[in-house]
Amino acid sequence: MNKTVNQKAWFFVIPVVVLVAFNAVIPLMTVVNYSVQETFGNNEFFWSGLDWFKQILHSDRFHQALRRQLIFTFTILAIEIPLGIAIALTMPRKGPWVSVCLVLMALPLLIPWNVVGAMWNIFALPKIGFMGHVLNSMGFDFNFTRQPGDAWFTLILMDVWHWTSLVVLLAYAGLVSIPDAYYQAARIDGAKPFAIFRYIQLPKMKRVLTIAVLLRLMDSFMIYTEPFVLTGGGPGNSTTLLSIDLVKIALGQFDLGPAAAMSLIYFLIVLLLSWLFYTLMMRGEEE
Amino acid sequence: MSLELRNVVKQVGAETHIYPTSLVFERGVFNILLGSTLAGKTSLLHLMSGLEKPGKGEIWFDGKNVTGVAVQKRNVSMVYQQFINYPNYTIFDNIASPLHVAGFDAAEIKKRVGSLAEMLKLTPMLDRKPSELSGGQQQRTAIARALAKDADLVLLDEPLANLDYKLREELRDDLPKLFADRGCVVVYATTEPGEALLLGGRTAALDKGSVVQFGETGKVYRSPDSLLSAQVFSDPPINVISISRKGDVFETAGGLNWPAGDSKLGDGEYIFGLRPHHVTPVKSGVEQLEIKGRVQVKEISGSESLIHFAFAENVWISQVRGIFDLKLGSEVAFYADISKGMFFNPDGSCVD
Repeated sequence: MNKTVNQKAWFFVIPVVVLVAFNAVIPLMTVVNYSVQETFGNNEFFWSGLDWFKQILHSDRFHQALRRQLIFTFTILAIEIPLGIAIALTMPRKGPWVSVCLVLMALPLLIPWNVVGAMWNIFALPKIGFMGHVLNSMGFDFNFTRQPGDAWFTLILMDVWHWTSLVVLLAYAGLVSIPDAYYQAARIDGAKPFAIFRYIQLPKMKRVLTIAVLLRLMDSFMIYTEPFVLTGGGPGNSTTLLSIDLVKIALGQFDLGPAAAMSLIYFLIVLLLSWLFYTLMMRGEEE
Repeated sequence: MSLELRNVVKQVGAETHIYPTSLVFERGVFNILLGSTLAGKTSLLHLMSGLEKPGKGEIWFDGKNVTGVAVQKRNVSMVYQQFINYPNYTIFDNIASPLHVAGFDAAEIKKRVGSLAEMLKLTPMLDRKPSELSGGQQQRTAIARALAKDADLVLLDEPLANLDYKLREELRDDLPKLFADRGCVVVYATTEPGEALLLGGRTAALDKGSVVQFGETGKVYRSPDSLLSAQVFSDPPINVISISRKGDVFETAGGLNWPAGDSKLGDGEYIFGLRPHHVTPVKSGVEQLEIKGRVQVKEISGSESLIHFAFAENVWISQVRGIFDLKLGSEVAFYADISKGMFFNPDGSCVD
């Protein structure tokens, strides 16, 4: 038996274990702990089993927030992904304009999220905001603080403005990695521009686009700061997305149990959707 | 029945990529463009294919001027150094793609793809995607696609450069056979003189955008008509030394000399060139010239050794089979087979 005992390995493992424990496992377990108990303050807790989960899953409020969340996420995906690809296709591949375009594209991504919300809030205000004023003077009755439709319009416009560039940059990275020889070969075959897009560019961009879709899916599902600053979930509850509703329950009403149960359900939905998208997009790709 | 370049010139901005070039490539012959990187091989191929238009000059195909004709109307196919296939098509669909465009029916397509796949040993992979294949198989797919098109002009741009040694040898043997009885004009660009010799056919030696010599591959190799041509067609580089004839003796810059014998050269200055494999550290014949040189570098490539040695301000290379135990810096006698040497005028042109 020549088993070598080498305890040094622990020094490499322990820091990671501690880090993950403190930033993920312990907070998550705290939430799990809250989700199965009832509290009336004074740090007194009573076991309540799965009651909170049942309550959340059956509550209209949660269903409505989830519905709004799904509409929001799929709307912005449907706009940002094709728009991002379209912009990436029109960007120059060579020359001095490349860096100009890249910097312009990266600008929205560099702005703090709450500033984005504040900017668009002011930008869209009906009387003093540029967009609000222009729309109103063109004859539209635009008021995002009163009319749910206008609030949604502003919210989606803001997200498209803020995040389309991420899709552009990823798609562009995929595009520039295609060797010139592919385009020449396509010309020799007499391929039309659409055929080049469909059979060369799109398949070659597939991997980065998968990443773009996943990032936008997860981020938009968890979006909080920008809509909170822009509309605060209003008017009424019309733009109350899942995260906004969650904060209202947890910190507004201080219902820790239901909020914890909702967090866990929320977490599982994001996980499920991401897995679903990843599997669908990677189907047929074996490696 | 041929492809003809008449004084074509290609300039990009202030740079000249191709100086006035005239070449005639016949059908049924394996034509080779040999030259180092930036010699203009790819530019010439692009001009021939119609991907780029020459700045000046004309391109004729089968007696027709095709200078301004777009590439898709010329019935050209091209194989690249990178393995270019449609990434989301199966191997079958990749090979079939030019046949679909040509409008063949399904049964005919199946038959043709089947026989091409058989020829290129791709039959078991027809259902797979290019990314699941090895480099050699991907390149064979690209070659099959080029063959499927039944093009009049097939251009191969260093198709074996990205393959490993073994696959390269395998495909190199197959290529001339594949194109032998197709009756198309084949042009093959390569950086390797050895590859050109193995492929045979006719070779155009290129240097810095000009054709140095064009002719039968063996002839270009054996009797280069300029020093430049000999340099392009030599890897490792050809050994050179200035030499002069005075009376009955040749005398080199380093003080070596040998009797001129029945050489027809007149008295005067020349450049003497000798390919590295005619210089060995082992004496084997009578006509050999002994050169005492200091060993500088030893390289082993496959079963061969390249020994760089210095003598009197010259560095020569000896290319020999086997591995030699020579100490770096030591003085060793090398034997040069001077009867295999080539004479050039001091300006590099051929002596007649």
